[in-house]
Amino acid sequence: MHEIVKASKIGPDVFHFEVIAPKIARKRKAGQFVVLRINETGERIPLTIAGADPGQGTITLVFQVVGKTTAALSALKEGDSIQDIAGPLGKPTHIDNFGTTICVGGGIGIAPLYPIAQALKNAGNRVLTVLGARTKDLFIMEEQMRRVSHEVRICTDDGSYGTKGLVTNVLDEWIKELDNKVDFVMAIGPPIMMKFVAKTTLPYGIKTLVSLNSIMVDGTGMCGCCRVSVGGETKFVCVDGPEFDAHKVDFELLMQRLQAYKEQENQAMEIWRSNHEIPA
Amino acid sequence: MSEKERPSKAERMKMPRQPMPEQDPGERARNFKEVPYGYSPETAMLEASRCLECKKPTCMEGCPVGIDIPSFVNLVAEGDFRGAVRKIKETNMLPAICGRVCPQETQCEAKCLLGKKSDPLAIGRLERFCADWERASGQVELPDIKPATGKKVAVVGAGPAGLTVAIDCARAGHHVEIFEALHKPGGVLSYGIPEFRLPKAIVGAEVKNAENMGVQIHYNYVIGKTDTLDELLEDFDAVFLGTGAGLPLFLHIPGENFIGVFSANEYLTRSNLMKAYDFPNYDTPIPRGGCVAVVGGGNVAMDSARTALRLGAEKVMLVYRRSRNEMPARAEEVHHAEEEGVDFHLLTNPKRVIGNEKGWVTGLECIKMELGEPDASGRRRPIPIQGSEFEMAVNTVVIAIGNSPNPLVPQTTPDLKVSKWGNILADEATGRTSKRGVFAGGDIVTGAATVILAMGAGRNAAASINEYLETGEW
Repeated sequence: MHEIVKASKIGPDVFHFEVIAPKIARKRKAGQFVVLRINETGERIPLTIAGADPGQGTITLVFQVVGKTTAALSALKEGDSIQDIAGPLGKPTHIDNFGTTICVGGGIGIAPLYPIAQALKNAGNRVLTVLGARTKDLFIMEEQMRRVSHEVRICTDDGSYGTKGLVTNVLDEWIKELDNKVDFVMAIGPPIMMKFVAKTTLPYGIKTLVSLNSIMVDGTGMCGCCRVSVGGETKFVCVDGPEFDAHKVDFELLMQRLQAYKEQENQAMEIWRSNHEIPA
Repeated sequence: MSEKERPSKAERMKMPRQPMPEQDPGERARNFKEVPYGYSPETAMLEASRCLECKKPTCMEGCPVGIDIPSFVNLVAEGDFRGAVRKIKETNMLPAICGRVCPQETQCEAKCLLGKKSDPLAIGRLERFCADWERASGQVELPDIKPATGKKVAVVGAGPAGLTVAIDCARAGHHVEIFEALHKPGGVLSYGIPEFRLPKAIVGAEVKNAENMGVQIHYNYVIGKTDTLDELLEDFDAVFLGTGAGLPLFLHIPGENFIGVFSANEYLTRSNLMKAYDFPNYDTPIPRGGCVAVVGGGNVAMDSARTALRLGAEKVMLVYRRSRNEMPARAEEVHHAEEEGVDFHLLTNPKRVIGNEKGWVTGLECIKMELGEPDASGRRRPIPIQGSEFEMAVNTVVIAIGNSPNPLVPQTTPDLKVSKWGNILADEATGRTSKRGVFAGGDIVTGAATVILAMGAGRNAAASINEYLETGEW
């Protein structure tokens, strides 16, 4: 059992938990994730580790309510426990001093991007960050991202905060501004955003990584549920990833496979909503 | 029954093998309850009395863990069920499981002399009966445990191999801790083999026995991630690796990533471990109904096909590239699958998965095969018949063609030698690996095999671990 020692809501339907998991807190590296199961009847879902405090023995999980499991998770309070947490899983991000890096975060993707940006900065990179969301209220972790970035540029789809437009517009302009002297781009966000980031950096030939969040069961390579196509080869996100060369990922397939259980997910969510509420 | 009352040898030869009552095929194909009910005490005694009590019994040669079969069978014939269980447990602490999932027809029962003239003695059913009788009696006896040695053994994986090692090392007086990656014990017994073939309550009871012997189990503990093997060796005197079959193999045919194509591991894990068959009471989803094609001819394929029926499939087709004779599945599983209505497409091989524009499976294109010359496995090689392609309309495809070894432990342990396929190299008789103090056994060494072979490897490894901890000699 893993006690939740801190629970807060940091955006619409976005929650920040600090959970007791001492071993994982000591071991985890940027880019890794856990698989958790809330209770005996729960499903196993992957969540990226957004941070850790080895001294306190806690890990930080930031999640958005997208279905029954995340809704039920959001309804847990400080002092409640999560039954199972396994990790840290997946390969850590390869951190090096690449030079100038641009970190692109979209929506909830900013949470897993944070520890990577932090590690890149610690490794001596010049970290430039582009953050995007649909609208101002949906921004999370902006302050933290500013602390681990040399410069941050913000955009929203509706122009309510920062530049009006998509992260790809801001990214493209920034690359041009830097005269294409960008050594590495890391992008985490909705698959459609990552797909267009990949399209944006391809003509410049900039090495670009994305972190994929596919459906998983065990998270240790056993089931193959999370498979994606990278450069025409089938890879498992859980053991071969979660990070892949953005220019080789088949994003269409990824997006299709994320729809596999939409019907059942909606059914489970409706049942949950009939006698629960997402905390305000 | 005393010796005098036992039927004469000639009479025994004429007695029929006692059938085990089971659920009606039509009914059971739609529920997840166990298929056979097991023997009654009377039937068990009657069946046991068929044993010819050979002077030189050959049945034991067929048992990977060397159960004293003639002795336990004789005790059953006499009605001494407690004695029979004790006898079995001298060498096998997991009889309720083995009695259900061992391929007896190729092991002990294949060697039974009765089988030469009529049907072999139902050794597996008798083993199952004894274990079930003991559990139902409420008095499960634990074996004697030697005084504590102060030595510590880590076991990686709570599957059949790991549980066997844990029990055998605990008996020798060592402190044993199991590190299990999933949230439940049992390995393939929990995630792979369905409830209707091996009820999870039985797995739970057998694991409980191990815990009652002092074995500790850590769940959600992924060796290679949560800790490395080298870190375990800092705290333990010996480590056994029983990490299991690992990553599912796919066919590498076009369309294999369409939605609705599953590895058998995923399909069965969803249904068994995560209880998706009870969705939405359990949160994990799984597709229900429709037409399902299962590719493969082993036990896992049979389990997948029969699970699909129970999940409400209108039609389940088993696609296997060789003929019935080459099927690696247990005879009883093939028989049960056919009885329940699985449609066998033998000498048939998938060529391509067909899907719609949204990425969902709509069909499976197959080609007919014929058998040619024997290949390296000794089985006749299937050869495609040109121009015999045809299409099956399906919504779900389950690929049950085996696994490749999980890389997590070798990846993080550079000095652990593996084969070119990634299997951990370990001595067959002792389970010793290339790394001092590290032993391995089961599917991670042999590739996908059976529960009992994993237990046999565990038994050998445990003996070798106990010897190593006593002598310190590697």
